[in-house]
Amino acid sequence: MKLYEKSAYEIAAMLRSRKCSAKELLHDVMGRARELQPRLNAYITFNDQAENAAENADRLIAKGGDIPPLCGIPIAVKDNISTKGLRTTCASKMLENYIPPYSATAVELLEAAGAVIIGKTNMDEFAMGSASDTGAFGAVYNPADTAYSAGGSSGGSAAAVAGGGAVLALGSDTGGSVRQPASFCGAVGFCPSYGAVSRFGLIAFASSLDRIGSIGRNVRDVHMLHNIINASDIKDVTHIPKKFSKTLCGSLKGMRIGVPKELFDEYISDEVKSAVMNAVKLMERAGAIIKEVFLPSASAAVKAYYIISSAEASSNLARYDGVRYGFRADNCTTPAEMFRKSRTEGFGDEVKRRILLGTFVLSEGCFDRYYKRAAALRQKLCGEFDDIFTECDFIAAPVYPNAGILHGAERKPAELYAADICTVPSSLGGLPAVSIPCGRAGNGLPIGLQLIGRRCGDEELLDAAYGYELAGGGCDV
Amino acid sequence: MQRMDMSLQEVAAMYELECTIGLEVHAELKTATKIFCGCKNEFGAEPNTHVCPVCLGLPGALPRLNSKVCDFAVKMGHALGCEINPVSRMDRKNYFYPDLPKAYQISQSDIPLCGRGRLDIIVDGDIRTVGITRIHIEEDAGKLIHDDDFAGTLCDYNRCGVPLIEIVTEPDLHSSREAYVFLENIRSILRYIDISDCKMQEGSIRCDVNVSVHEKGTPLGERCELKNVNSFSAAVRGIEYEIKRQKDIISSGCMVERETRRWDDKKGISTVMRSKENLQDYRFFPEPDLGAIVLEHERIERLRDEIPELPNKKMIRYVIEHGMNCDEAFVIADSPDKAKLYDECVALSICKPRSAANRILGDVTKFMNDTGRSIADTPLTAEALSELCKAAEDGVISSTGAKRVFIELVTKGGDTAEIIERLGLAQNSDEGFLNEIAEKVISDNEKSVSDYIGGKSNALGYLVGQAMKLSKGRADPAKLKSILENKLKKEN
Repeated sequence: MKLYEKSAYEIAAMLRSRKCSAKELLHDVMGRARELQPRLNAYITFNDQAENAAENADRLIAKGGDIPPLCGIPIAVKDNISTKGLRTTCASKMLENYIPPYSATAVELLEAAGAVIIGKTNMDEFAMGSASDTGAFGAVYNPADTAYSAGGSSGGSAAAVAGGGAVLALGSDTGGSVRQPASFCGAVGFCPSYGAVSRFGLIAFASSLDRIGSIGRNVRDVHMLHNIINASDIKDVTHIPKKFSKTLCGSLKGMRIGVPKELFDEYISDEVKSAVMNAVKLMERAGAIIKEVFLPSASAAVKAYYIISSAEASSNLARYDGVRYGFRADNCTTPAEMFRKSRTEGFGDEVKRRILLGTFVLSEGCFDRYYKRAAALRQKLCGEFDDIFTECDFIAAPVYPNAGILHGAERKPAELYAADICTVPSSLGGLPAVSIPCGRAGNGLPIGLQLIGRRCGDEELLDAAYGYELAGGGCDV
Repeated sequence: MQRMDMSLQEVAAMYELECTIGLEVHAELKTATKIFCGCKNEFGAEPNTHVCPVCLGLPGALPRLNSKVCDFAVKMGHALGCEINPVSRMDRKNYFYPDLPKAYQISQSDIPLCGRGRLDIIVDGDIRTVGITRIHIEEDAGKLIHDDDFAGTLCDYNRCGVPLIEIVTEPDLHSSREAYVFLENIRSILRYIDISDCKMQEGSIRCDVNVSVHEKGTPLGERCELKNVNSFSAAVRGIEYEIKRQKDIISSGCMVERETRRWDDKKGISTVMRSKENLQDYRFFPEPDLGAIVLEHERIERLRDEIPELPNKKMIRYVIEHGMNCDEAFVIADSPDKAKLYDECVALSICKPRSAANRILGDVTKFMNDTGRSIADTPLTAEALSELCKAAEDGVISSTGAKRVFIELVTKGGDTAEIIERLGLAQNSDEGFLNEIAEKVISDNEKSVSDYIGGKSNALGYLVGQAMKLSKGRADPAKLKSILENKLKKEN
């Protein structure tokens, strides 16, 4: 087994027992990442300071004593998470040359924990998309089959981890952007409770939905990464206080798992349905109690999600006006012309579509009809989740209706949006959700099982996911 | 403009046109730091030195609300008798402008911190009530600088995130004079409760003016909003201009259309900024980066307790209870310093309130205007001032003497009687003292005494002169004269 194929846990132990150095490890993983780059296009920028970070990690390990948990572990960071001095583009021409003067809280926590940031991963422009193909730096390809997309919007992070081009990665999840690419690439993707990880420095798409999530090759790795970035931060007032983390034990005995009928509807392909149902049965054999539950607002949730997220995006992305930083169009004579031309030339089509949609739903006369109703639906949906969690501990569902998205296939935006039915309900509810591999489709692409937990029940959720892994779950069951 | 068909009677009714004015007053709050970040809230620094990722709106930066801003706004709410909303919310107001780095202003829309209230003001002797619609908090924008040495426009973002309150009135004002008095009252209150510097020249208080002219007894007409009004006197000029403009339009048989106009105070004219067709749609929606603002009952009440008696109330009290005229009452009530001094003097009741008021309107006001100092910065106390007033009331010192004593009190401080004594300013009218002198003069000047008794009445003048000499000029000459006369009569 190559170094880059090993789990973060194994690597951490090897570094501590001096079976390898952080520098060797970085060379191995970075080498793999660069080797894959022409095929996968997972990265936008490699960190030229990574070598220094690895050397620092080696010095820390040589000194002995308290070695920080992620010391020397190469981690990829999605390119919408600010890294001081390291270009952060959001895969947009608008921020093509933007170098943040500060780091996101999550990045500071990684660095404090000794992690080596290997580079910034490719994504959909401003995290808007489902196939990591809306960005200015080209699409991301699936390591399992490059005819397919790596998923999106955190496609680069998922592809890097799954292919061995990073041990762990940070992604961001607004409506499924960590879970869906993780499921397509056969990785574990965890979207924590809203507020569990500080958003400070995460370049906003939809502020009330955005979360920084962790991607790894197994649940324990993801748990290890999440534990580092789940820390209190006064810079984000929507942040919730850190709960004590616990050691995963993975027992599913007596756990009540709800299966919402609406998330196994006709949208869902048969092979995805059967892979997920098999996973549910496996958990039942491991001692879980399976219940049928109802989430009547699931399909309306997709509409509400696109209204709320686009509304917030239209405002969040208004700051890219060419005045202070980022792309500025040439030959403009008035500020208004500069705003218009810079935004016309700097943003891609999908981003423009969402800005237009968001601007529309917030405009006078439309606000009550769209935004307010969407906000009310969100409340209703939260009530439905509350009801489910009075009788269940977790919800099991698919992640995405199909196994993979083919590159270059003609897709209507509305159809693409509708396919987010499995991931957006928990996004609107602020609930933690994790995607774990649970089999393969006929095309060889991995399929993901989604488990959704109670708000702030992140630890319990990861423990259940670990339980599924222990019970024998995974890509090749 | 649309032409209307009008009868002669209708034209005649034009003379009954009435104007209605509503104000939106913005005041910068003097918190130590900005509203959503830890940057200093300070005027006059080098451009772009009080900035950080948050107030510059850099990608990924998040706001967090400075709770002092809420405290200050709630105090203003109490001062204007507003309902305080225990739960309110921040909203985003979206528009593009180079001085607005996020392209939205974090403000309050549906649920402001403070709801309905009122302010009673005295305008030319009459008490008027002005309804307050709301007070909300928001962030200020940066400043655009047009420099002759530079072809483009420069942006200074130091002011971004400086906390503001916006006070919105009901359309209850009906003349530029009323608007001016209202603004003066608002400024006094802001200073009284110590939440804003109200420095016009630094732009720390500004207002937008809504004016509409309509025929008396008919519904309100379309209103025009006047922006860029940067001083109270500019507000008066802008309102006068706008009233005339609208009256002219109506008199010519056309209709006023709703628009936003920019006031150019230098040229004394307003021009159209935005017409009715393209009025800005700010697309307000709840700010997702900040939670609800929840004010506990105890906090609201604690802030209420911190509100002193306010200048408009004081003014009404001074006029009605103390018999001052409006101008006098305003000069004292407008200044927290002077009002405090006056109220303390009244409470001490050493001197008459009237003499304290006169002294404050005169010497105190002159001193403050001449030196630019506040009374709090001087050693002057209400007690010393009252003693001075009393001495003047009793004729112990002359009016010029009193001025000298005042200067001594305000520059060096000390005990009034001691200063009068030290400077030898007493016009002594103490009976005992005068008796002693009279007796000494009578026994020392037998010749003159006998002359006087013998009928030479002008000898009295000589004796009084001697006695004044003996008192080193301090004795009250009139009193001295009558005491001498009485004593000489007895000698007879």
